[in-house]
Amino acid sequence: MVDIPFDEVAGIPPAEVGEVELYHPHSWWTRYVFSQDAKVIAVQYSITAMSIGMVALVLSWMMRLQLGFPGTFSFIDANQYLQFITMHGMIMVIYLLTALFLGGFGNYLIPLMVGARDMVFPYVNMLSYWVYLLAVLVLVATFFVPGGPTGAGWTLYPPQAILSGTPGQDWGIILMLASLILFIIGFTMGGLNYVVTVLQARTRGMTLMRMPLTVWGIFTATVMALLAFPALFVASVMLLLDRILGTSFFMPTLVEMGQLTKYGGGSPILFQHLFWFFGHPEVYIVALPAFGIISDLISTHARKNIFGYRMMVWAIVAIGALSFVVWAHHMYVSGMNPYFGFFFATTTLIIAIPTAIKVYNWVLTLWRGDIHLTVPMLFALAFIITFVNGGLTGLFLGNVVVDVPLSDTMFVVAHFHMVMGIAPIMAVFGGIYHWYPKVTGRMLNEALGRFHFWVTFIGAYAVFFPMHYLGLLGMPRRYHDIGETAFVPASAHDLNAFMSVAALIVGFAQLVFLFNLIWSLFKGKEAGSNPWGAASLEWQTPETPPGHGNWGKELPIVYRWAYDYSVPGAARDFVPQNEPPAGLATQGAHP
Amino acid sequence: MSAIILFTVTIAAIAGWWLSQQRLAAKPWLEQGVDVDVRGERGSSVPTAKIGLGVFLAVVGSLFALLISAYSMRNSMVDWRELPLPRLLWFNTGVLVISSVALQWALMAARRDDIDGLIVGLLIGGACAVTFLAGQLLVWQQLNVAGYFVASNPANSFFYLITAVHGLHLMGGLVALGRTTAKVWRGAPMMQMRLSVELCAIYWHFLLLVWLILLGLLTGWTDNFIDICRQLLT
Amino acid sequence: MAVALVLLLVAVASVLFHIYSPWWWTPIASNWRYIDDTINLTFWITGAVFCAVIAFMAYCVFRFHHKEGRRAAYNPENKKLEWWLSIVTAVGVAAMLAPGLVVWHQFVTVPDDATDVEVVGQQWMWSYRLPGKDGRLGTSDARLISPDNPLGLNPNDPNGQDDIVVQNDDLHLPVGKSVKVLLRSIDVLHDFYVPEFRAKMDMIPGSVTYYWFTPTRTGTFDVLCAELCGVAHAQMRSRVIVEEAKEYHAWLERQRTFAELSGQHDVAKAAYKTGSE
Repeated sequence: MVDIPFDEVAGIPPAEVGEVELYHPHSWWTRYVFSQDAKVIAVQYSITAMSIGMVALVLSWMMRLQLGFPGTFSFIDANQYLQFITMHGMIMVIYLLTALFLGGFGNYLIPLMVGARDMVFPYVNMLSYWVYLLAVLVLVATFFVPGGPTGAGWTLYPPQAILSGTPGQDWGIILMLASLILFIIGFTMGGLNYVVTVLQARTRGMTLMRMPLTVWGIFTATVMALLAFPALFVASVMLLLDRILGTSFFMPTLVEMGQLTKYGGGSPILFQHLFWFFGHPEVYIVALPAFGIISDLISTHARKNIFGYRMMVWAIVAIGALSFVVWAHHMYVSGMNPYFGFFFATTTLIIAIPTAIKVYNWVLTLWRGDIHLTVPMLFALAFIITFVNGGLTGLFLGNVVVDVPLSDTMFVVAHFHMVMGIAPIMAVFGGIYHWYPKVTGRMLNEALGRFHFWVTFIGAYAVFFPMHYLGLLGMPRRYHDIGETAFVPASAHDLNAFMSVAALIVGFAQLVFLFNLIWSLFKGKEAGSNPWGAASLEWQTPETPPGHGNWGKELPIVYRWAYDYSVPGAARDFVPQNEPPAGLATQGAHP
Repeated sequence: MSAIILFTVTIAAIAGWWLSQQRLAAKPWLEQGVDVDVRGERGSSVPTAKIGLGVFLAVVGSLFALLISAYSMRNSMVDWRELPLPRLLWFNTGVLVISSVALQWALMAARRDDIDGLIVGLLIGGACAVTFLAGQLLVWQQLNVAGYFVASNPANSFFYLITAVHGLHLMGGLVALGRTTAKVWRGAPMMQMRLSVELCAIYWHFLLLVWLILLGLLTGWTDNFIDICRQLLT
Repeated sequence: MAVALVLLLVAVASVLFHIYSPWWWTPIASNWRYIDDTINLTFWITGAVFCAVIAFMAYCVFRFHHKEGRRAAYNPENKKLEWWLSIVTAVGVAAMLAPGLVVWHQFVTVPDDATDVEVVGQQWMWSYRLPGKDGRLGTSDARLISPDNPLGLNPNDPNGQDDIVVQNDDLHLPVGKSVKVLLRSIDVLHDFYVPEFRAKMDMIPGSVTYYWFTPTRTGTFDVLCAELCGVAHAQMRSRVIVEEAKEYHAWLERQRTFAELSGQHDVAKAAYKTGSE
């Protein structure tokens, strides 16, 4: 098969996916540090994202310690608590999940899954990582500047974010905004690559409807991110100018600590519109790659094609488009025109329909499958449970009038942790257990993996499921200490303490995972090129881990979709995408 | 937020049109072989760099649409005080138009392998763009002298912000244009340069378009235009 | 087998937790019982879906887990099933949305007989203002804020002279009378939140937001701030005391009007002046 000239297969003229000029590294330095190979960049992105994620994890322990046992730990005060929640949220949403899904999984999987040699603009791709790293370093620097990091909440709402009543008003907020601006610049560079690679560099035969859903998810998420991140960019720049130059984009006439400020004429609501125009698509920027990864994990490990592939693709596109007209459901009680509530509640609840279809199709894929309960599959099942749970509580908060009592309470915290914290993290873990053999050539340790899974899943569920009920009770979010309040019974404090203990246990289980990642790199079982018997293209590389240029001498040719599992009549229970159909093999075999 | 919604709808329409060409209703499990991949047959082989530029312009467009949205949300409030636009802006606009025309001319010269025309076009285009930027700085200075500082009121802040963002994008374009001109100067083959020149020209036209829209916004013409449209509709 | 059982247990435990949870909303003290009803309805619908999905998943794991020689069925799609599921979902969503929108319409439609009450948030305390005998609140402006005039009321507005100002103290409301709460902030975002009333709305410096409700039972209720407003956000507390009309009027009589407060200040100033001389 290797020596079929492109232009002679089935008499089709060659597609515009010919050989790209591949950059060849000449030294260790350009091979592993300033590398332009998407696979190396993916690993760099992943390691950086997970490192900063560990910081956010430690911050969450601090918060849980304070909430579970208020007043016990003298090293956490109200200032620090606000700084912890802000940095935890910002890091987890943007610097961990967005970077890991798009920069990490996207860089590694897109070229391999569509049959490309690399990203189309490798140099820009490399720059993307280094700008991202710079953004992370600026973010870390805020911990060490006078006044510490900003404590404005991850939403950074003005006027509060830049006034003196908020911790980190000095340097923290300035560096935070600068870091966001850098992140967006870096992301745009990477995002251009992901989109154009999918558009232009698909190999012969790789039509859109043959792409794995992972690529669909990452592709759509990237398109959304490219259009939505400018909103955060504009908001950050304007807020930065308000802080540094004293302009009044978002600052009305107001009093700061009893003194009339020089600000005047700005609109705080404008910031919220801009922020959530980015913020809501951001939820799906994190969710869509997770949807894609989960679809592929379930299909592969249940040895069954994904049920309703077309509906799954359409749902991804529909969710992506709809997510741009729902942003104000974060602002039902913000004081905007209350009549907007009718429109945004309707659009928000409409999104539930394509999302529900995706859930149905995942569980219907399990039906009459041949379910291998591997660690990635376990994570996929846990994803479905946590995502369904979080998605359904979204129906509470999306329905405008129900949101009124619940907004700004722990119910909201529980909801978004379940739906865009725990669920995507389950997808991340599942994805890592699934693709680690391709990246390193070795399997992750199974026993450690199962231990990690059960503690993480059950523990995280035990943290966040009961939290909804504290919200129903009326306990507000972003309180370091609820204090003396008549409507909060003493038992609520016990529940908080229980959740904190569970959170600490879950946190320590992640150390087992990190140990597994490093230990298996050297001692893990040899994986071979396709340990799961997967049909999609990334498992068909000539070398494992894939070499520079991914495909050896010839690009692969794709003859089928990515989900030919348990096809009646086939010898094995999967058919790789690049395996020619019986008739064509002889037809194509020109000398 | 109507500007950004309009922009997003436009992007969605383009994406929808493109997706409609991609046989999204196909049943991929029934199709085998490579015949279904129709990309080669159309012969519509747009260079990758051009697609990349297109996607980038969509991002830049989104940025400006959001700025416009923010601007129009703010200037509909009662306490909005316009700042007087220096007449120099009209001169700058003219220069930017010449810059764009010069680059188009350079592109046409490149297509007919006219190396002198190409260099002249690139140089005029670059020089005009630099003049435009200098003119914008002068506008800022005039406003400052007249007492319209950046932080005096939101109208001023928006003016400085919008012109600065536009200027920065033009400066980024100048880097690319400078590299292209340098390559042409050193005698790079015309075939290779054609694409670079074309990309520069597209970017310039785009920034000109953005500038005209911004100018319309800052002078209030857009508001009048929208009012007229509204009256026609009702 | 064990996995299927654990999955099922997660669903069962969630339902049991829901039923036996002692942590439930506080007894309502306003007319927004419909909001609670909508939440209950949403719980029923979403709870059913949650249990159904997990039970189905657990069954699949139990029934179809890998055994030697098992091969998965080949079933790319089933348009009819997918359409039916979509329609059923749409109906379920509509069943939650429709009552929600109806109640929201009530929420944003203030009845004519509602009395205005202004709540002013500032870092980190609450102040209140009630209209005087004329039933109207005077205008205000953040630029007028001074130690003498902490709420920034307009001294030239005749409507404002008889306004009753309650600074950093409890708010009293008569039971059974509709209230339109006008929300104003003089520094950052705040949110006037009384869990028993169910309603809440952010207050934004530079503009006035509102919501309305009718207190339906007497009692003392905690006021919290529900929008992050700086370092003492959690300590920004006050109380609302809902009482019978008679007691309310007695309280009202004891309060000072804006004119009295500013006049008193002038008097105090004058006294100070003469004292120092």
